[in-house]
Amino acid sequence: MAEVVLQVFRGDASGGTEKAYHVPLVTGMVVLDAIHYIQAHYDGDLACRWNCKAARCGSCSAEINGRPRLMCKARLDEFPDGPITVRPMKAFPLIKDLVTDVSWNYKVAQQIPAFTPADGEGPFIMYQQDVERAQEFRKCIECFLCQNVCHVLRDHAGKDAYFGPRSMVRIAAYEMHPMDTRSRTALLRGAAGVGYCNITKCCEELCPEHIHITDNAIIPLKERMADEYFDPLRAVLRLFAKR
Amino acid sequence: MLERFENYEYDVLIVGAGGAGLRAAIAASAAGARVALVTKSLLGKAHTVMAEGGIAAALGNVDPADNWQVHFCDTMRGGQMINDWRMVELFATEAPERVYELERWGALFDRTPEGKIMQRPFGAHTWRRLCHVGDRTGLELIRTLQERGVHQGLDVHMEVTLTRLLKDGERIAGAFGYRRENGRFIVFRAKAIVLATGGWGRVYKVTSNSWECTGDGVAMAYEAGAELMDMEMVQFHPTGMVWPPGVRGILVTEGVRGEGGILLNSEGERFMERYDPVKKDLSSRDVVARAIYREVEEGRGTPHGGAYLDITHRGPDFIKQKLPSMYDQFLSLADVDITREKMEVGPTIHYAMGGVRVAPETGATSLPGLYGAGEVTAGLHGANRLGGNSLSDLLVFGKRAGEAAAAYANGLATTPSLDEAEIEAESQRVVQPFESGGSENPYLLHEALQETMQEKAGIARTGELLEQGLQEILQLRERAGRMGVSGSRLFNPGWHMSIDVPFMLTVCEGIVRAAIARRESRGGHWRLDCPTQDPELGRLNYIVRKTPDGMEVTTAPIPPMREDLAALLTAK
Repeated sequence: MAEVVLQVFRGDASGGTEKAYHVPLVTGMVVLDAIHYIQAHYDGDLACRWNCKAARCGSCSAEINGRPRLMCKARLDEFPDGPITVRPMKAFPLIKDLVTDVSWNYKVAQQIPAFTPADGEGPFIMYQQDVERAQEFRKCIECFLCQNVCHVLRDHAGKDAYFGPRSMVRIAAYEMHPMDTRSRTALLRGAAGVGYCNITKCCEELCPEHIHITDNAIIPLKERMADEYFDPLRAVLRLFAKR
Repeated sequence: MLERFENYEYDVLIVGAGGAGLRAAIAASAAGARVALVTKSLLGKAHTVMAEGGIAAALGNVDPADNWQVHFCDTMRGGQMINDWRMVELFATEAPERVYELERWGALFDRTPEGKIMQRPFGAHTWRRLCHVGDRTGLELIRTLQERGVHQGLDVHMEVTLTRLLKDGERIAGAFGYRRENGRFIVFRAKAIVLATGGWGRVYKVTSNSWECTGDGVAMAYEAGAELMDMEMVQFHPTGMVWPPGVRGILVTEGVRGEGGILLNSEGERFMERYDPVKKDLSSRDVVARAIYREVEEGRGTPHGGAYLDITHRGPDFIKQKLPSMYDQFLSLADVDITREKMEVGPTIHYAMGGVRVAPETGATSLPGLYGAGEVTAGLHGANRLGGNSLSDLLVFGKRAGEAAAAYANGLATTPSLDEAEIEAESQRVVQPFESGGSENPYLLHEALQETMQEKAGIARTGELLEQGLQEILQLRERAGRMGVSGSRLFNPGWHMSIDVPFMLTVCEGIVRAAIARRESRGGHWRLDCPTQDPELGRLNYIVRKTPDGMEVTTAPIPPMREDLAALLTAK
């Protein structure tokens, strides 16, 4: 039977190393299947997160041959010349093996003001063409691969300055909801730090839900923020409003 | 003595953060209770995200003739009349308001040209009834509830597994568990608990369910003395992926048929016309699953043992708009472009109709202080669940259970006290696989159990197969006493599996014992040796409970249906 070799990172906060595993190949097998085989037959304590194995939940994020992606969507036959290295996401503190501490993402989510409709009654009348913009952002499965690959968060430890692409997508979903009445531009300019994004589109390239994170979420949010704060006319008006 | 553990105290503890748990938490919190939500995964990852096709509610947006009465009748007939009719009534009348509430909280459903919530046809629903967002409705539901919940001030304990419900005499006093991240023990003291732990599809080999669906909640409720009901009723969804082997079982949404997809056998025949000439491809799930099974058995299956599902006639633009996840799933995992090629599909385990027996209005179990909502409970769906009814189930009964649990907690004069000896004993039990030096591998025991359930308690059952299955389960139970795991308590999936396996064994024993007892075919329960429906048994639910002598199966008569509701079913 054909087999593949996986180099899987084993270790915890105190350090670690890659370990090679030989796994028999089954047609259509994905990296997550191989990880499960390793758990059942070699090392039962190999840690990874997963839930649905169907790219709906966004739990099994890892770096496969250096590229951040979902293990349930990475087919082994993509790598005919092996070996396949599987490492944890780099931008988050390591807990063990392929599991990282992603709690920061939930903490920033809590700081984003929720959907606030004008009219509490409903049912709402909204048209398909008006909901589609926000629907794109609602596709997010919170795999945090975009957060992982964002230069601000990954290379510059900027978690105290920028909420990251996932959060921009969440803010955009609220801001572009036809019934939302709240402005989040002060947050964008301040704690959420949208200005830190320099539009390299790395996040957009590897989004498993194909959300146009930069083009459709971040750039329009930057524009909203700029309109509000850097439009000279508005700046003057604000000056008077304060008096 | 308990300082070795993390200790928390709440009014209401919600176990499970899928749709039912989140809705219950929001309701209990809104009622003024101190609420904690415990989930085995990260928040927002629960199996609810896998719900694709939609949420059933008789809004009548595209078919004005629809109303709660028709939804009631469809659900009762789909469940083959062993449903709890009062639950079905509450469900059908309250589902529309729960959907509109979700919209007020920010959910963005697909729209009709008039700007209302769009509704699509689905199996055995008389009218177009399923509100949806493409084929990712469950994600929309869970994200909306999650965002509502985190801003409402409830504590969320992520990646915590509970292993035992704790009692003070005969009433609930709390629960014991551990943090998956570091293995640290946690003791929750709580006046009331809402179980929203979902189903147990992982006990079968070919399944659409995520790893979490191991039946913890139903097993813990059983151990604590609560009654279970209809455990024999397990749903085989007719359309799971069958090829390649690595993806076998992954769900293909019923929305494909809802949007016009048709089933074909290897001879190109639209075979559902023979099995259900009226509803055809949109017949109820039990009927379609059995039809596919029969076609394969009789030699008209596809190369990989399924049926073809064809949606190509709707054209690429429509398919990519209405079924984007399906398009992506087949293209990336099976190299099949569903806009140009047929899919291969076959039955996969999808849902548990049975579960903890609850009171229809409150979700109260037979144990004071213990409530349930969603898939973990029994009653609403009877012998077969209609597609789309689970998401509205979560909202309607999540809210009711959350409110009832909060009211119960508010009414307690004294906070129940914990039994420290019980906690001590449980903390020793769960670490036993580290210390026993046992030779049994928990992963391989789980695989063996899945084989047994697939072969002996699968879609086509006989008394003989079920008896064999029971013996195998009892042998596996004995082997499970010798499980051993290595490594530390730091995020150790092998150890976690050693805790899941006994839960699953309890669930399987319940399924098989109840399946042996129900000597007829009804809904998801198909006995080749008792192939017809027995009207006498249609007046009974099978009850499973723990006794000093082991698991006991008895029957309970279904109360006679209220006259006004019965009249709905006889009217034409």
